[in-house]
Amino acid sequence: MLLSRKEIDSLMKLIGLTQDVELNCEQCLYLIAEFAERELAGKTLPAGLQAVEQHLSVCAECREEYEALQQALRELSA
Amino acid sequence: MDTLNRNNEIWLSHLGGAGSDQQAALADLRAELLRGLHRAFWSWKGVDDDFLEDAVQDALLRILDHLGQFAGRSRFLTWATAIAIRVAMSELRRRRWQDVSLDEVIADADFSPLWTAAKDAEPTAGWERQTMLATLRDIIHQQLSQKQRTALLAELKGMPQEEIARHLGSNRNAVYKLTHDARKRLKQALEAAGYQAADIHVAFAE
Ligand SMILES: [Zn+2]
Repeated sequence: MLLSRKEIDSLMKLIGLTQDVELNCEQCLYLIAEFAERELAGKTLPAGLQAVEQHLSVCAECREEYEALQQALRELSA
Repeated sequence: MDTLNRNNEIWLSHLGGAGSDQQAALADLRAELLRGLHRAFWSWKGVDDDFLEDAVQDALLRILDHLGQFAGRSRFLTWATAIAIRVAMSELRRRRWQDVSLDEVIADADFSPLWTAAKDAEPTAGWERQTMLATLRDIIHQQLSQKQRTALLAELKGMPQEEIARHLGSNRNAVYKLTHDARKRLKQALEAAGYQAADIHVAFAE
């Protein structure tokens, strides 16, 4: 099985976004509610939550879960 | 008590307590989570009421087990809904991937086709990009463990970390650490070879 150009690009993007210290998925889960509420309210992110943003940029599953949470919150506030 | 009138402190004290307050809080939380999951998953195929009720049941146990992790910096219900979404998503991923083997996904776990694919797919790619890919291929072979290569490749092929973990007899956090360590190693080695993150972005920006 060959890596497609898209997959090679994904790998290089992931490498470019990699930080020495990152949250893991469990740490991200317990911070994501605060992140989502701040994003929804258009508030700036404190330093502690920038790690959440970085984790979402490299973790497809947490990103998918975050989109579902946004959907739940948006429908609630609509 | 009206759900909307429970503040974070009251949620925690009722859920962590006992008796009728706890029972009422659990019933209200169950109803709120079910509504939240309906909003999150209304457009998803294969998600019905039975599925969501099972997910909420599992989520309640997890939430009660982890009340100490709630730091009070969001609404309690948002925090609990995030956990319920993770539980539901994990189950959906398990169902979607249960019949797929790791071997099928990665087929060739040594990344050997990386360079061939790069050359064949883009014979006119820039010199910089081609040499960077050649360097990357060498680093992958020389500096990553077989397990790191397997996990990274499966992830690139779209296999969820929980599924990779199931095949490796591991868990999502451990797989994350495995691929994070691999990404760090690749980044450091590319930097040592003279490529900075900015170069990588330029060569691979689309
Ligand atoms: Zn994650």
